[in-house]
Amino acid sequence: MSDWVEACAAGDIDEEDVMRFDHAGRTFAIYRSPDDEYFATDGLCTHEKVHLADGLVMDDIIECPKHNGRFNYKTGDARGAPVCVNLKTYPVKVDAGKVLIQIG
Amino acid sequence: MTAITYSAAAPRDYSLTGRDARLAVENGLAAAEWYHTEIPRKQMKELMQRSDQPAIRDTVIWLGALILSGAGGAWFWGTWWCVPFFFVYSVLYGSSTDSRWHECGHGTAFRTQWMNDAVYQLACFMIMRNPVTWRWSHTRHHTDTIIVGRDPEIAVMRPPDLARLVLNFFGILDAWHAMTDMLRNAAGIISPAEKTFIPEQEQPKAIRIARIWSAIYVATIALAIHSGSWLPLMLVGLPRLYGAWHHVMTGLLQHGGLAENVTDHRLNSRTVYMNPISRFIYWNMNYHVEHHMFPMVPYHALPKLHELIKHDLPAPTPSILAGYREMIPAFLRQLRNEDYFIRRELPATAKPYREELHNDNPMAAAAE
Repeated sequence: MSDWVEACAAGDIDEEDVMRFDHAGRTFAIYRSPDDEYFATDGLCTHEKVHLADGLVMDDIIECPKHNGRFNYKTGDARGAPVCVNLKTYPVKVDAGKVLIQIG
Repeated sequence: MTAITYSAAAPRDYSLTGRDARLAVENGLAAAEWYHTEIPRKQMKELMQRSDQPAIRDTVIWLGALILSGAGGAWFWGTWWCVPFFFVYSVLYGSSTDSRWHECGHGTAFRTQWMNDAVYQLACFMIMRNPVTWRWSHTRHHTDTIIVGRDPEIAVMRPPDLARLVLNFFGILDAWHAMTDMLRNAAGIISPAEKTFIPEQEQPKAIRIARIWSAIYVATIALAIHSGSWLPLMLVGLPRLYGAWHHVMTGLLQHGGLAENVTDHRLNSRTVYMNPISRFIYWNMNYHVEHHMFPMVPYHALPKLHELIKHDLPAPTPSILAGYREMIPAFLRQLRNEDYFIRRELPATAKPYREELHNDNPMAAAAE
């Protein structure tokens, strides 16, 4: 469980924004909250497999760009129609200016 | 992607459980990847930003005008002076609610979610669209826009049913179907077509809403009978009929006469320049190509989005009248040739259509 992977530099993501990160055939979304904390989830919406990195971050919510489904990106919780299935989240840490995510 | 061909022996099947529903999935038209104009992330983020202020302003104007015109209609009831008041009231009730339902359903009108939810529920009641059923049908409409057998919201099927279109300017068939659907849902029945797009865990919510609405309509009818007056029904229910004309007029322009079974909104949607009153009633949904390409952009930012991407879109239709001058002849031609559609030409600055991804065939369309 120690497979920390470097996703990007901390400054690559604006505050209250999201960035796509692809690794080993998988896709993830890396978030920077308005409080300057970093989070990571699966990159595709659980509704129709659209990249969440094209969506909108508002406070602790990521909104899918296709159908406006909303998730709490800190917990992965689906926040109402049309999304019903929670997002998988991943541990994140910032080390020496790099954002690392732990991919289990 | 393989082209789906139609013939007299195998005509279009718009049902969500029929032949074309299966063919759309087999041919890669269901949940396909759609064309988007490229917009830098920074600009896109600015366009997507939510704000409560524009929608609060518009909602105060909308509800204020609704209450005043309704009160005026009731005050002057029994005289001809009630007519202009009910004219305004009915459009605010039976047409403005189409766009309010739509924008709040997307969750883009307000930044604050409970405000979206509150206006959504109110508008759904007035426009007679079950808030659960229509949230899911509209989700499918955005996934599979004008894909035969997949999109539950195709307003004009081929060949066009012109009598139905005319009747719907007065809400007659839509309201009839809405009422029968409401009573069916209230009886606890979800149709096979509804089951294709409403998840099982959401279906009880649709039934609960239908029961609440049925009770409201029963109470309104009882009040009308008790008072011996049509007035309660003039205020609740009937405006969905006599005020429907504006939302049907603008709604038909969204996709009417354009391509089916394509994966590029520039081919199947229409942007129309409209007067400010219609744009207020319609909440800027006249920028319909832009809305389908980027449903995250709130209604108040659509004019800005239009300016940003219009180099990549067909020229906008200059007016409502121009839209009908283009659309009605197309409907008439589709009576003779169901494959006919209006092919929207792109400006030289646009990225060309990827013909290999599109099912609607210009050659067949040109044939008479």
